[in-house]
Amino acid sequence: MWKTILRRIIIMIPQIIILSVLVFILAKFMPGDPFTGSITPQTDASQLHALKVQAGLYDPWYTQYFHWVVNMFHGNFGTSYQFKEPVMAVIGVRAVNTLWLSLFTVILTYLIAIPLGLLAGRYEDTNLDRGIMFFNYVTYAIPLFVFLVLGLWLFGYVLGWFPSGGSVSLSASGFGSVFSRFYHLILPGVLTALLSTTGTVQYLRSEIVDQKHQDMVATARAKGVPERKVFSRHILRNSLLPIAAFMGYSITGLLGGSVFVEQIFTYPGMGQLFINSISNRDFSVITALVMIYGILALFGTLLSDIIMSIVDPRIRIK
Amino acid sequence: MGEELLTIDHLHTSFKRGTKYYDAVDDVSLKIHKDEILAIVGESGCGKTTLAKSIIGLHDLKRTRISGHIGFENRELVGASPEQFDQLRGSEMGMIFQDPLAALNPLMRIEDQVREVLDYHTDYSSEKKHKIVLELLDQVGLEHPERVARQFPHELSGGMRQRIIIAIAIACKPELIIADEPTTALDVTIQAQILDLLRNIQKQNHAGIILITHDLGVVADTADEVVVMYAGQVVERGSVSQIFNHPLHPYTRSLLKSIPQADHPGDRLYAIEGSVPALTKMPHDGCRFAPRIPWIPESAHEKIPTMHEPEKGHFVLCTCYQNFEFENGEAV
Repeated sequence: MWKTILRRIIIMIPQIIILSVLVFILAKFMPGDPFTGSITPQTDASQLHALKVQAGLYDPWYTQYFHWVVNMFHGNFGTSYQFKEPVMAVIGVRAVNTLWLSLFTVILTYLIAIPLGLLAGRYEDTNLDRGIMFFNYVTYAIPLFVFLVLGLWLFGYVLGWFPSGGSVSLSASGFGSVFSRFYHLILPGVLTALLSTTGTVQYLRSEIVDQKHQDMVATARAKGVPERKVFSRHILRNSLLPIAAFMGYSITGLLGGSVFVEQIFTYPGMGQLFINSISNRDFSVITALVMIYGILALFGTLLSDIIMSIVDPRIRIK
Repeated sequence: MGEELLTIDHLHTSFKRGTKYYDAVDDVSLKIHKDEILAIVGESGCGKTTLAKSIIGLHDLKRTRISGHIGFENRELVGASPEQFDQLRGSEMGMIFQDPLAALNPLMRIEDQVREVLDYHTDYSSEKKHKIVLELLDQVGLEHPERVARQFPHELSGGMRQRIIIAIAIACKPELIIADEPTTALDVTIQAQILDLLRNIQKQNHAGIILITHDLGVVADTADEVVVMYAGQVVERGSVSQIFNHPLHPYTRSLLKSIPQADHPGDRLYAIEGSVPALTKMPHDGCRFAPRIPWIPESAHEKIPTMHEPEKGHFVLCTCYQNFEFENGEAV
């Protein structure tokens, strides 16, 4: 078990190195440089040159890459040109916001999707199943940003049940601020979760329908195991394998997917920061974010593999 | 021959296709006694497995209709409730499946899978169950039962897994064991071992075994009685020696002729033209085998085929056996 995990982590090292090179190259290819935005007709050309030399922009690429990597290892991603603050400080606060939103959304997604998929699969071809499948096609067909804007308009503006933006009310303090944070999470979280259930519901349903006809299930019935237990011990456990496999990915997917939600709900998280940084050419923040997203994706696959090795004995490596 | 164990009378099992029901098992009657191995033979799609599943109640009753009579130890199984079947299955009836790779739960340890039978049919303590599981694994010829019990199915070979399936089927010493092509997925040397094992179990437990197979070699080695099925019907029924020494029905004779003969190497293998008709295209009356022996005149068949008993205990469907000969004139 631990060996499997250790091996997977070792495999990640070259992946992270390749990722860092790619991110670095992409950053270098982006037009302009950190000083482009601050050039005015009054800017002294020689002073600008001196600044660029000081920032190391004329060094050979490998020296620049080396400095970047070394700094990164020290947790130093440079300074945000937009906020005039260290990148880590800029990201830090927002990462916490995004983490709460994503966690809330992921948990809610599975809380909705697993019972729906389970019921649809168990009561295949009944009206219950057809109803759930209808819900699933609807959620699949609606684009997330349309649904979010509609939800925001209806519940945030027309009905006014939930705040329409931000992550916390400024006037709240103490326990009130915790409550306020959660209150701000509800609308974006619920709306996103409702639309993120599609894959899980569909997967779980077809896995259950498929497993029902396996010989293994016939064996269980032939043992005299009552139908309810056949379902929970044999059909369901095997059907949950692919869901477990996707769990790790879905967590990182949601971190990336938060771009829409945060933009629409003006929720100060990483997604919103990402969009802002791109429009403001805040290179140091962009590279740091791409790097973080990349590493998170790698950890997502690692997490998936770990979950799989726990639930499926065939995957454990000796 | 022991006392009567299972009696099937005029059994029809039909599947829903679209809005209509089609008979996959059509008017089948047979008997099995204790201490007897009854083989059911026939090509794929002739209704052998459907028959077996009807006996043990594994059909999805939303899509299947079963009528007729299945008597098992003074109980009627046609129309029995799922709860009655849950009680019966595992304790009084065991089933062995064709594909040992697919028949075990990949996520459960062997011990848990074998013990599950005991969990639902006995109230032994867990130590006693553990002991029984190890005894069972030993009885089906697995070495190191302690270790096997802790393993997962993927760690075992096909033959070992089939032994586990057998251990599950015999855990509560059932009176009736249904083995659905138990050796098809195994290689020849393992086949022989598994068949030996089945015979030994039958002798030890005095069980009746229904052995479903399309391998006539297996039948000759193992069975006492033989039922030949074609297109959902029983076309011939008799003891092993009757069926192998005086086969009557053209289908039985064709099957026997299509076995490779070791004493005539190099001969072209006999093949029966055509195939079993699909469920929805099954002819309703007339001899169902007639289309596959077109050189036999129509007058040789009965309009509505009935069972005949030309010698005691040997039954055959339709009259076409009387003037049947192979296309090139061989009488056999």
